[in-house]
Amino acid sequence: MTEEQMIAAAPEGCGECLPPNPVEGFLRSERMPHIWCPGCGIGTTVNCFARALLQAKLDLNKVAVVSGIGCTGRVAGYVNLDSFHTTHGRAIPFATGMKLANPELTVVVYSGDGDLISIGGNHFIHAARRNVDVKIICINNFTYGMTGGQLAPTTPVTAISSTTPYGCYEQPFNLPNLAESAGAVYVARWTTYHVRQLTHSIGEALRKKGFSFIEIVSQCPTLYERRNKIGDGLDMMEYFKESSVVKHGAPTREVGIGFQGPIVVGKFVDIERPTFLDLMDKQMTRTLDAHYTGSVVEQNVRG
Amino acid sequence: MKRTHADPSGVLTGKHFLDGDQACCEGALAAGCRFAAGYPITPSTEIVERFAQRVPQIGGMFLQMEDELAASIAIQGAVWAGAKSFTVTSGPGFSLMMEHIGYAAMTETPCVFVNVQRGGPSTGLPTLPAQADMMQARWGSHGDYEIIALCPNSPQECFDLTVHAFNLSEQFRVPVLVMMDECVGHMTEKVVIPPAEQIEVYPRRYTTLPPAEYQAFKAEADLVPQFARAGEGYHFHVTGLTHDEHGYPAMNVEPQRRLVTRLMDKIRCSADALARNEEYRLEDADVVVIAYGITARVAMRAVQMAREQGVRAGLLRPLVVWPFPQKRLRELAAGKNFAGFVVAELNCGQVFYEVERLVAGHVPVLLEGHTGGTVHKPEQILDTILRCANVAAEVSR
Amino acid sequence: MLEEPASEAQVPHVQTVVKKVRGTIHVTQNRCKGCGFCIAFCPPKVLHFSDEFNSHGYRFPQLKNQNGCTGCDLCGLYCPDFAIYGVMQKQGKKQ
Repeated sequence: MTEEQMIAAAPEGCGECLPPNPVEGFLRSERMPHIWCPGCGIGTTVNCFARALLQAKLDLNKVAVVSGIGCTGRVAGYVNLDSFHTTHGRAIPFATGMKLANPELTVVVYSGDGDLISIGGNHFIHAARRNVDVKIICINNFTYGMTGGQLAPTTPVTAISSTTPYGCYEQPFNLPNLAESAGAVYVARWTTYHVRQLTHSIGEALRKKGFSFIEIVSQCPTLYERRNKIGDGLDMMEYFKESSVVKHGAPTREVGIGFQGPIVVGKFVDIERPTFLDLMDKQMTRTLDAHYTGSVVEQNVRG
Repeated sequence: MKRTHADPSGVLTGKHFLDGDQACCEGALAAGCRFAAGYPITPSTEIVERFAQRVPQIGGMFLQMEDELAASIAIQGAVWAGAKSFTVTSGPGFSLMMEHIGYAAMTETPCVFVNVQRGGPSTGLPTLPAQADMMQARWGSHGDYEIIALCPNSPQECFDLTVHAFNLSEQFRVPVLVMMDECVGHMTEKVVIPPAEQIEVYPRRYTTLPPAEYQAFKAEADLVPQFARAGEGYHFHVTGLTHDEHGYPAMNVEPQRRLVTRLMDKIRCSADALARNEEYRLEDADVVVIAYGITARVAMRAVQMAREQGVRAGLLRPLVVWPFPQKRLRELAAGKNFAGFVVAELNCGQVFYEVERLVAGHVPVLLEGHTGGTVHKPEQILDTILRCANVAAEVSR
Repeated sequence: MLEEPASEAQVPHVQTVVKKVRGTIHVTQNRCKGCGFCIAFCPPKVLHFSDEFNSHGYRFPQLKNQNGCTGCDLCGLYCPDFAIYGVMQKQGKKQ
């Protein structure tokens, strides 16, 4: 969508009666203001997610959001959808069970880098390998925010965290590369600065069949930025703006992020591969023929 | 809540020659379970191997997960999507599942965990029996919560109690633990599976309220809330955080007191109604052996041998071990000539401590423990019965 | 694919749209935490911080004047606190 088309699609009002905030119905307004710090990027991503959902014209009754633990884990609690705040690291296997038991649902996993990639790393690679049709939105703020800014599997080398007070010396994960290597069919990365592109990308992932992964590089002004003397939320956004390079289709092995270094953003992977359920149906039909009753746990879903 | 009957598609009606693991699988299918997730571990794997073979032909799936953490949460995702589901494991896997037993208790997710107990600690004795996870079943996850645990002692009971476990999980919205052991799991006997119309199934407590009036964690009179599944427009929130009746996080003293008290009380207040005991020669018993699962079969022989020697022994076998049948225990302890309890179990004292706690020093309680790897010899339990009778005789002199 | 969000260099492009549409913003003052994203990234640069404070002690965004806003809603997209959104008012509509 071009800027003009975006403007044409913007909500329309008159001087007397403003239309409601387009994302209001999507939020649990009674729970606002949310717990995220001033300048945190998570709210911006939720905004993009909401608009992507609205633009995708999905039946919101059939969308479930599953989160793990951490700052981003709180997203589930603020979206006015069926929402599940699960245990630390286990959002993906929960979502896997949910999607496979009722494939009618669009299941979105919305969580942080520590939750999905560290404690939940094993589940991440296996769900990607299986190509379970879930959408993963991973907020990467380079740290564990909720617990006070400790070393994460994404903390860039030399960055200060509360448990690497002399600077990080561990090699961080390159998340798009990890996702692609494990088998994801859709891999993109944006920052919280790239709101329009992010909204568009989430929309693509919602329409994509299979394990889709979007990394959103975000800012944690309270812990990561303060310790690393980067400034406030806006300073990090300015860094994202200045240092991001859009490179669609970039080889994911080349998109690692160094401390305050350039960030390659864009859509890196968009391929077709049969999903877990497609393959299961095919194999079961091949071996069981007419005895196979279908993959859906329908009896239960019908009650 | 109106009970219904089993869906015939999953019921293998007839007389069979099955081991406990296979019978457990048939129990799950008969109860309407169509989704299982698991990770291989001896001696429980046969349950899901059979499930994986059977369920594609009756409309469901088995999902082999990457570990027990994943398996024990995948089943809960399936439950909230509308499926009935369970996972099975043994010692080390059970340890890994603890966090999700707590999550199921906190979020009131109806699901079943089967633990075919083997020797521990750690990797221990993978292929040999023990009953040393009983306290882990009761207290293994952090925080205060209540679960229900059942202990079958035959393949037939593996079938019956697995059906019962699913029904209780739906009725109370609580994780129910089927605490088998390697002997029961691998023992092959006759199993009679009744026709579907004779198998009672407790349906999920789906709400009848419209979304605008529904509060996901507002309890009914029996302290259990109504259920809504994802995809029906209820837009509810589920969290492992302390939450209010809407399901929203409410992290303070009062919501914590209200929620935790209700989660405990919904089981504790029903403990007497939940009790299911098998009693053998208790009518005139002076010494009562308490044993469950495979050990109860050995204990029954020991009771017979004690009787042959003139000691009036009896056997109390709880099928529901948690909550413990405290009312019946106290009734027995109050008997006129009552001499004492012998607790026989394949561990170094677990249910024993519960019995000691309940009788609070009023009557002798002797442990006939065992570190596992095999079952007791009847003579071992007999010795303790005789010792118990002597202790009581000395006390009364 | 999408373009980068409108930067200063792209303002003339946006201005051609301004001729056709007028917009305005709506601010839920007490949700604002004063991050300033909306002000920094507003394509026509028509926002600034208020002089007064909201109930949490933050200055919130206001329109500098009523004419420059295109109603593009980029502020709404950036806002991490769901406190602001832009709406377009097409010409010819009741003002």
